[in-house]
Amino acid sequence: MDIHLLIDFGSTYTKIIAVDLEREEVLGRAQALTTIEHDITIGLDNALADLSRDCGFDEGDVQGKYASSSAAGGLRMAAIGLVPDLTLEAARRAALGAGAKVVCAHGFEVDREIIGEVEGASCDIILLTGGTDGGDKAVIIHNARMLAGSTIDCPILVAGNRVVTGQVREILQAAGKTVATARNVLPSLDKVEVEPAQDLIRDIFITRITDAKGLSKARDFTGRDIVPTPMATLHAAALLADGSDDEPGLGSLLVVEVGGATTNVHSVDDGRPSDAQTIVKGLPEARVKRTVEGDLGIRYNAPSIHDMVGEETCQARLAELDPSAAGQSMDLQAHARALSEDVGYIPAGEVEFSIDAMLAQSATTIAVERHAGTLRQEYSVVGAIQVQQGKNLLDTKNLIGTGGIFKYGRHPEKILQAALFSPTNPWSLKPTAPNAYVDGEYLLYGIGLLAEHFPAKALRIGKKYLRRVSLEESTAG
Amino acid sequence: MLSGNIVIGTIGADAHMIGAWVLQKALTEAGFEVTFLGAVVPQEDFVNAAIETNADAILVSSMYGMGILDCEGLRDKCIEAGLKDILLYAGGTLAAPLELERNWPAIEQRFGDMGFDRVYPNTVKVTEVIAALKGDLGMND
Repeated sequence: MDIHLLIDFGSTYTKIIAVDLEREEVLGRAQALTTIEHDITIGLDNALADLSRDCGFDEGDVQGKYASSSAAGGLRMAAIGLVPDLTLEAARRAALGAGAKVVCAHGFEVDREIIGEVEGASCDIILLTGGTDGGDKAVIIHNARMLAGSTIDCPILVAGNRVVTGQVREILQAAGKTVATARNVLPSLDKVEVEPAQDLIRDIFITRITDAKGLSKARDFTGRDIVPTPMATLHAAALLADGSDDEPGLGSLLVVEVGGATTNVHSVDDGRPSDAQTIVKGLPEARVKRTVEGDLGIRYNAPSIHDMVGEETCQARLAELDPSAAGQSMDLQAHARALSEDVGYIPAGEVEFSIDAMLAQSATTIAVERHAGTLRQEYSVVGAIQVQQGKNLLDTKNLIGTGGIFKYGRHPEKILQAALFSPTNPWSLKPTAPNAYVDGEYLLYGIGLLAEHFPAKALRIGKKYLRRVSLEESTAG
Repeated sequence: MLSGNIVIGTIGADAHMIGAWVLQKALTEAGFEVTFLGAVVPQEDFVNAAIETNADAILVSSMYGMGILDCEGLRDKCIEAGLKDILLYAGGTLAAPLELERNWPAIEQRFGDMGFDRVYPNTVKVTEVIAALKGDLGMND
């Protein structure tokens, strides 16, 4: 046996999957409560003991260990830029693509009030951008001075106008801040260059945040760097779509990950318009893109989903999922509040499972709508023309659902249907007819952890364990 | 510090150069330093030329009815490039001809919302543009 352990330190649970790479099989899985406050290895050892007992292996049989973490709040970042659609957007993309949660994002000159918000947001890294190379200098210098005068003590990553990077660094260092500098995220108006900033975000996460978050013992255990969980999922998405040297991928895809606090959406697709006549607006889009919705999650944020969608629509969706719920006159608002207060809650009975699915459906609808591009119509001399903003995902070939709800919940295909193009909102460029898969083993992060070292094997395991589902409306009955 | 430098070109996929050409000729004669970019000019080229020449104004010509689309976002790019106070004028057949006739106030409003300082229909005289430009730049003394 060629056993490898894939560990994820989640905010609530530490999960381990054991895979046999020789036979390309999942041997088993276990989970225990994450114990990051005291010693992260306690929870890890608990899960490991269960796993080795269930699968019958000793630690000596283990050939490799890999871990990701979203524990202790994950990687929390603030993004500061100049124009919201330009450097601020590029900064947000840099942070999201590095697996961060963007907890504040501000353009133009920040004031005391905004600084207060950033101070209170317990950020791990602040990404400071503004101006193209040779462009605006005044705003990034103003914002650096404001940060210098703040109580913020996390590292500040400067990736703005190259001409004043040195000056910005001096302002921050003179105030005792920890500063790193990278190439501009928007060196010219038509070029987004987030990779250098992302490399530094990863370095900072590994060198500083791993220790600060109590993850150093986890690193000692695996003998390698811990990566932010969303980064692992993004790697898995890219591998599944594009394949490895000796194993073909599935083609373009969209991954929806519904969690308790957030909903992540990953797309691997060029996102170009369906026809040559369509005009594309906005910053150039990356083929591999991640967005995360901090207000959409089926436990912590169940009330915010309920409020956004409204009681009436929630009831209608629930009745559709579970006709028996219609007669029970559930108070969904109260239920959503209860879920947010007991985030480890496991549904009791069919109706409560359906409520979970309804919340996940609603989160998926909104999250994919925010991720996907839009189309609008304008009129010109030659008649109507279509204008696309963001990524066109109409022709995306695959759709994958992942997260606890797809492993433990019901109605996975109904949740995935919410990611599809809808004739009632034809301007949102969501996938029309993708092949749909459910990550019923909650394996995707593990595929991402293996991707760097064993791409072909990781890919084959992924393809083997993703379960194909049909999104056709059932014609039975 | 005013330079009297002006950048002129026809924006987007539009190959009609004549409007912009007439303007550059008239503005040069009126004593402005004109950088003429020709036709089929992307937004980025207007901004880059303005940075290089330390221009006071960008005059955008559009003759094929898609001016609104082509001009959207130009002010944002100017801000990012350190040109937040630069004057932006647009002129020409900025929308479908019928639209131009019927809905001029709405078109003017839309350009205003997009951060343009002045907008002209295709019937404007160059003398009017020059007078406005001198006024906006405080060059009348």
